[in-house]
Amino acid sequence: MHDKTVSELARDLAEGKVSSVELTRHFLNRIQQEDSRYNSFITLCEEQALADAEAADQLRARGEATPWTGIPFAHKDIFCTDGIRTTCGSRMLENFVPPYNATVTDNFRQAGAVCLGKTNMDEFAMGSSNESSYFGAVTNPWGENRVPGGSSGGSAAAVAARLVPAATATDTGGSIRQPAALCGITGLKPTYGRVSRYGMIAFASSLDQGGTMARTAEDNALMLNVMAGFDPKDSTSIDRPVPDYTASLNQPLQGLRIGLPKEYFSDQLDPAMAAQIQAAVKEYEKLGATVKDISLPNANLAIAAYYVIAPAEASANLSRFDGVRYGYRCDNPKDLMDLYTRTRAEGFGAEVKRRILVGSYALSAGYYDAYYRKAQQVRRLIQQDFINAFKEVDLIMSPTSPSPAFVRGEKTTDPVTMYLEDIFTIAVNLAGLPAMSVPAGFVNGLPVGLQIIGDYFAEARLLNAAHQFQQVTDWHLRSPV
Amino acid sequence: MAISRDDIEKVALLARIQVDDAQAAALEQDLGNILSLVDQLQAADTTGVEPMAHPLDAVQRLRPDEVTEGNQRERFQAIAPATEDGLYLVPKVIE
Repeated sequence: MHDKTVSELARDLAEGKVSSVELTRHFLNRIQQEDSRYNSFITLCEEQALADAEAADQLRARGEATPWTGIPFAHKDIFCTDGIRTTCGSRMLENFVPPYNATVTDNFRQAGAVCLGKTNMDEFAMGSSNESSYFGAVTNPWGENRVPGGSSGGSAAAVAARLVPAATATDTGGSIRQPAALCGITGLKPTYGRVSRYGMIAFASSLDQGGTMARTAEDNALMLNVMAGFDPKDSTSIDRPVPDYTASLNQPLQGLRIGLPKEYFSDQLDPAMAAQIQAAVKEYEKLGATVKDISLPNANLAIAAYYVIAPAEASANLSRFDGVRYGYRCDNPKDLMDLYTRTRAEGFGAEVKRRILVGSYALSAGYYDAYYRKAQQVRRLIQQDFINAFKEVDLIMSPTSPSPAFVRGEKTTDPVTMYLEDIFTIAVNLAGLPAMSVPAGFVNGLPVGLQIIGDYFAEARLLNAAHQFQQVTDWHLRSPV
Repeated sequence: MAISRDDIEKVALLARIQVDDAQAAALEQDLGNILSLVDQLQAADTTGVEPMAHPLDAVQRLRPDEVTEGNQRERFQAIAPATEDGLYLVPKVIE
C-alpha cells in the first residue's frame, strides 16, 4: 500500500478498495516501525490524524469527496498547525504550539487530507544537509551515513522511505530541490508569491516559497492544485488565476526548446553527474525537444548575493524570538538585556547564530550600501540573465546539486563548503522563478536530480515536462526500501 | 574583508546574542570566510542597476483600515513564558 502514489491511493479510496482510516493506520504504523532509522519526523499527530481520517470517510460516504479527501501526508515542521507543536527544527520553538494554522495547513485541511505529522528540517530552514536540526540529523534512506540534503530533508527522506506519499516543503535557496535530488524523489519550488507564506515561519522573506514533494510529477501537480492561490494574509502573494496543474500533464513535448547554461556544465562538474544529466536531456530530445547552449553570465555571483540577502532578512525576521511572547526563555534572567542575549544564545543553534550575525553586520551602519544594496543590484543582473534566456528557450536544465548525497559530517567544518552545495539552485530563488528536481539516474548507487527551471508562473509547463519524462524513464520508481 | 574581534562583539550586541570568548574566536574565522565569499560581489559592475527587492517588483497592497481580527489575548498569552493580569512579564526595567 505504501508503494502507491497519491493519485493511485485517491483511486483506491474512490473505488472503495480501502478506507482513509485503514490508510492512515497503515502509514502511522509504518512511521512508528521504520522512522527510528531515518529520524524524518519531529512530531506525530496520531489522534488528530485518525479523527481526520474518520471524518474523511464520512465525507466520502456522503458523496462529498475531493481528490485529497482521506489522503495521508506530512507537513514540514515550518508550517504552523493549530494545536500541534511546530518547532522549525529549533530549541527556540521546542514547545511552541501555534494558536493558528498556516494558509497551506488550512488548504490541506479544507481539501480533506490527513496530516500524519511534522517532518524534521534544518533549524529555521538554514542548511543543506539536515544536520543543523535541534532534533538530530536525518538519514538518507539511500545510505546509512548519507545526508538527505536540506533544509526539507525530513520531508524528502519520509517520501523516499515510503512513510508518506507526499509532504510539504519550503525552498529559500534550494531546500526543496536539493533534498528531492539527494533522496531520489520529485520536488517543485513554485514562483515566488504563488503559494502563501502566511504561517510559514519566515527565514528570508523575499526568497522563501512553499512547495511540494512526492514521488511523481503528477502527485506534485495534485499538491500544487491545493496549495497555490492568492492569500490576502500574505502581502507578497500574487493575485493571479490558478490553473488545474493536472490538466496539461499529457501534452506532447514536440517543439519544446531546452537551454543548457554553459556556466552549470563547466569543467568542474563531476563527469559522472554530467553524464546522467546529458542522458536525461537526450530523453527530452527523443520526446521532440530541441536543445541549445545558453549563458547565464552572472550565475557565478548568485551564492555571494544570496549570502548577503538571506542572512540580512533572517536577522530581521528572527529578531522576534526574544523570550517574551512565545518560545524559549532562559532561566533566571538578571535583567532585560540578559533575558534577550541569553535566550537567543541558548535557543538558537550555531548556524542560525552565524547567519543572524552576518546579516546584522551586512545591515549595520556603514556597510548597508556595500553589502545589502550591492547584493540587490546583483540580484537584478541575475534575474535579467534568466529573462534574456527565456526569450530563446522554454525551459532551462542542469544538475540540481553538484554531487549525490554526501557523507554526514563531510561539510560541517567550514560553513562556506556547505553553502556551495546550492550552487545550481540559488539563482532561481534570487530571480523568483519556479523550478523542479526530477530523478534522473544514479551515481555510485545514489540518486541524481535533474533541475528544470521555468519562466514565471510556468509551473504547469514544468510539471508537464517532468511528467512526460517519467512516462519514458523509471528513475522515480526506484525505491531505497 | 577581514572581521575583527571588536566587530564580532559589536554585532553580537546588535543582534542580542551572548557570545563567549571561545565562540567569538570561532565566529571570527567563520564570519571571515563568509565575508570573503560575499566579497566577490564587489567585482560586479552594477552602475545604474536598480536594486531588486521583490522578484516581480510588486508593491505593498493596502487594505481598508478596518478591524478584521477579534481579540484572542488569552489564547496568545497561554503560550507565553510568563504573564500576569493580561501582561507579559519581563525582568524589572525601571528602578
